[in-house]
Amino acid sequence: MSIENLIEDFSFLDNWEDKYKYLIELGNQLPHFDDTQKIEQWKISGCQSQVWIIPHFSSSTLSFQGDSDAIIVRGIIAVVLEIFNDKSAQEILDIDVEEIFDKMGLREHITPNRRSGMLSMVDKIKFYARQSLEEKNEHSRISS
Amino acid sequence: MFDAHIVRKDFPILNRLIDGKKNIYMDTAASAQKPLVLLEKLEKAYLEEYANVHRGSYWLSEVATENYEKARQIAAKFINAESSDSVIFTRSATEGINLVAGTYGLANLHQGDEVLLSRAEHHANLVTWQQTALKTGAKIVYFDLDDCGNFVWENFEKALSPRTKIVAVTAMSNVLGTIFPVEHICKAAHNIGAKVLIDACQFAVHKKIDVQKFDCDFLAFSGHKVYGPTGIGVLYGKYDLLKEMPPYQYGGDMIEHVSYEKTTFTLPPARFEAGTPAIVQAIGLSASLEYMMQFNFDDIEQYEAELIDYTTKRLLDISGLKILGTAKEKGGVFSFAIDGIHPQDLAFILAKEGVAIRTGHFCAQPLVNALGYNSLARASLGIYTTKEDIDDFITALQKAKNFFANEI
Repeated sequence: MSIENLIEDFSFLDNWEDKYKYLIELGNQLPHFDDTQKIEQWKISGCQSQVWIIPHFSSSTLSFQGDSDAIIVRGIIAVVLEIFNDKSAQEILDIDVEEIFDKMGLREHITPNRRSGMLSMVDKIKFYARQSLEEKNEHSRISS
Repeated sequence: MFDAHIVRKDFPILNRLIDGKKNIYMDTAASAQKPLVLLEKLEKAYLEEYANVHRGSYWLSEVATENYEKARQIAAKFINAESSDSVIFTRSATEGINLVAGTYGLANLHQGDEVLLSRAEHHANLVTWQQTALKTGAKIVYFDLDDCGNFVWENFEKALSPRTKIVAVTAMSNVLGTIFPVEHICKAAHNIGAKVLIDACQFAVHKKIDVQKFDCDFLAFSGHKVYGPTGIGVLYGKYDLLKEMPPYQYGGDMIEHVSYEKTTFTLPPARFEAGTPAIVQAIGLSASLEYMMQFNFDDIEQYEAELIDYTTKRLLDISGLKILGTAKEKGGVFSFAIDGIHPQDLAFILAKEGVAIRTGHFCAQPLVNALGYNSLARASLGIYTTKEDIDDFITALQKAKNFFANEI
C-alpha cells in the first residue's frame, strides 16, 4: 500500500471511530516484537506508551520496524513506517510528515503538544537518516 | 453551602466546547483552570499598575511593589504563616524544593546523613534529593506505603534514624491521592532533630494548609495548581532557618551592599528572590488564593469527600477497572487501569469525547513502576468538578471500553 492510498483511505473516513478502527487494523498487520527487540536501545523516549523503533540500513535506503504496547499507537507506527520505509536518507529528511498526517485528518497525533510520542518517533527516524548520511559523506571523503 | 455548579461559572474555559463536545476537564492535578478574577487581576496589573518592584520612587513602581508585597501577605495568610517574611516567591514548587536542597541541603548534609522520602514522591521531590545526595554523600532512604496506598506509621517510624537530617514528603500523593499525616511526621522528625520539607502541590488544591499547625520547616506549592498563574510558586520556610541559609541565586534585589570586591546579602525573603521577580504572576496568584479563601475549606472537603465516594463507586462499576490508591485518607485523584486497554489508547478515545485525563507515569515513574505499570490513566477533581462531569466521564469510559471490546 502506498502513502497516497493511505491518505485516500483516511480521507473517506469522516468520523474518529472509523479512523481509529482503521488505524488499529493497520497496526494489527505489524508483527509484534519479541523481548530481545523490546530493549532500551530501540525505545523512543518521551512517549506516554512504550514505543520501539529498529532501523535497518542498506546501501541506498533505510527501513524500520516498530512496535508499541498501545494499539492505536501501533496503527500510527504503521502509518509512519509506510511513510518512511525504503526511502533514501535524503528523502527521509525531506519528508514533511505533518503535512501527510494533516491530509489524513490525524494531525493532532503528530503535533508536539500531544507528547504522545509520535513526534519523537519521527525525530528518531530522521536522526537515523542524518546519521547514515553523515557516515556516507565521511566514507566518500576518506575514499576520495 | 458549597456548590460546584455556581463555582463553575467563575471558570469561563469550562463552558467552551472541545471539538463540539462538552469540556470535561479531569486533569486539575496536572494544572487547574483559572477563575475570571485572576484574569481581571492580571489585566489590571499590566494595564494600570505595572512597573518594576522595589526600585523606583515613582507612583507606578510604588503601587506595583505594594501589590507584590500584598501578594506575599495573602500567600502567608493562605498557609497561615507566622509572617510574610517566611514566604518566598519562586518559579514553581519544583524551584522551591530545589532552593531548599541547594541551600539548606548542601550546607547541612554530610557523608552518612540520611534524607527520608516516601516511595510516592514525584520527581520534583525525588530527583532533587537524589542529586543533592550525590553531591553531599548523604543517603536517600525510602519508606513504603501499604498496597492500598495507606500511609503506614510503623514504616515511617522504622525508617527514621538518628542519621536522618531531612524528611521530604508530599502532603498528598499525585498518583495515589493518599493524604499524609504531616503534623505527626513533623513532630516525630523534630524529636530526632531532623528538618521537614512538605511538598504541598496537590494538598493545597484540596485541603487547608496551616504551616504553624503542621510545624513544618519548609513547605512548597505551585501557583498553577491552585487556580493561579503558571511561572509562580510559593516556598515557606521558618524564618530562623531561612536567615542562616546562603543565597540560591545571585543578582539584583537580594544584596545589602555591593563593591567590586565583595557583596553582602540582604535578609530573607529578598535574599532568595534575585533579579526581577515574577511580579504580575505573584499578584495574579494572590487573586486566586483570595478566590479560594472565600470558601470554607471544610465545605470544600465535605463536597469533595462525597464526590470521591461517588466517583469511586462509578469507576468500580466498570468491569476490569482497577483503582490504584484507595487509602482511607485520600484526596480527589484517581489513578486507574483497565484490563486490556492501554491508558494511551483510552486517552485518545476520551479526548474525542471532550474528556481530558492524564496518562503516563505522572512524573512519579518509580512509584508507577513499583505498582506494576509503565503507564496509568488518571482523572482528578477540582473545585469546579460536578457530579455531571463524573457521569459524562464514566459514559465516555464505557464508550471507550465498548470501542476496544470490538477491536481486541
